[in-house]
Amino acid sequence: MYDSPKVLLGLVIFLVLITFPIWYNVASGTADYVPELEKPVKGDNCVMETTYMRSFHMDVLNTWRDEAVRQNDRVFIAEDGTKYNKSLSHTCLDCHSNKEGFCDKCHDYVKVDPYCWDCHVIPEKEMK
Amino acid sequence: MAVDRRKFLQAAGLTALGIAAKPLALLAQDADSLEIIEPNKIPQETPLTAKRWAMVIDMQKCLDHENIKDCSKACHEAHNVPHFGNPKDEIKWIWEEELHTAFHEVNHEYIDEKLHHGHYPVLCNHCDNPPCVRVCPTQATWKRENDGIVMMDWHRCIGCRYCVVACPYGSRSFNWRDPRPYIEKINPDFPTRMRGVVEKCTFCEERLAKGQIPACVEAAKNDTIVFGDLEDPESNVRKLLRDRFSLRRKSALGTQPEVYYLV
Repeated sequence: MYDSPKVLLGLVIFLVLITFPIWYNVASGTADYVPELEKPVKGDNCVMETTYMRSFHMDVLNTWRDEAVRQNDRVFIAEDGTKYNKSLSHTCLDCHSNKEGFCDKCHDYVKVDPYCWDCHVIPEKEMK
Repeated sequence: MAVDRRKFLQAAGLTALGIAAKPLALLAQDADSLEIIEPNKIPQETPLTAKRWAMVIDMQKCLDHENIKDCSKACHEAHNVPHFGNPKDEIKWIWEEELHTAFHEVNHEYIDEKLHHGHYPVLCNHCDNPPCVRVCPTQATWKRENDGIVMMDWHRCIGCRYCVVACPYGSRSFNWRDPRPYIEKINPDFPTRMRGVVEKCTFCEERLAKGQIPACVEAAKNDTIVFGDLEDPESNVRKLLRDRFSLRRKSALGTQPEVYYLV
């Protein structure tokens, strides 16, 4: 290989540059940052296991949406037999009443932008 | 291990028995689980149901504008319908037409003069043979099998506007702009729509699910609008349709509209 020292040096510089954000976060101590979510003000338990909801709430919401809109099936029966209305604006936000402190915090952290709120109304915020 | 015929038959028999017993076991389990349901968290009242929802509008009562002037307002407030203030962008679920626009095929100049002065509420006819459903490429609109309501799934609408073209009644409106800033007072119990989505009357299916009659029926005075089950021979709508002569809009097109107008 011609000019191997130069090429290798270039490669090293390239690798350092491309991984710079990682080193930067490690150095500044923000690498292990996890968003602190606001706990719901009322309600002892969620409609399903918290760990399940954490990973799959979007699937739950999609299922609820399809069942409520397309099959007119609006009541969710939880494992303990409690019945819930399949409603994002009401059932979910009844307990998780602070959307900024709950939904947005995590969505911002993982950089997702769900469009639920383009149409669905955040109860208090939109009340004029 | 070789399986001889005898062992195979034994296993097959046991399997069949197990399959047959499973529904029984499930039934027993269901009976148990039903008992622990706490009714206190049920958020809704008994839904109103019918085999075929239909609407009957009394044209004679529409001659008095007082009877129906609040219908459109009540509907549009309940469903977060925006008001853009220009007819090109207008969104309408229920609105008023005159005789010559609502019923142009039966209209002629010698018809009883007072009928020409009526304001007739028109809305989605929830056709039995809905052309909008036939053309929708994403099944964002469909006819509910159990009660005939022509529903919309705004999540699924891609805004192609085939349905707007297909509907002969102009019952479908398209959101050319983000409607939210143009809603005077947002009803938190109902979603708004977004730009690029078609919307129309849903016979207040969200209210029916809560055991309430449609908002326009509630807002109309003197039973000008009656809502009921067409499949039930003793229902209010069937009685009215038996007693009085009725019209349907553009019935010659074969869409089988389910909003009837008593003459």
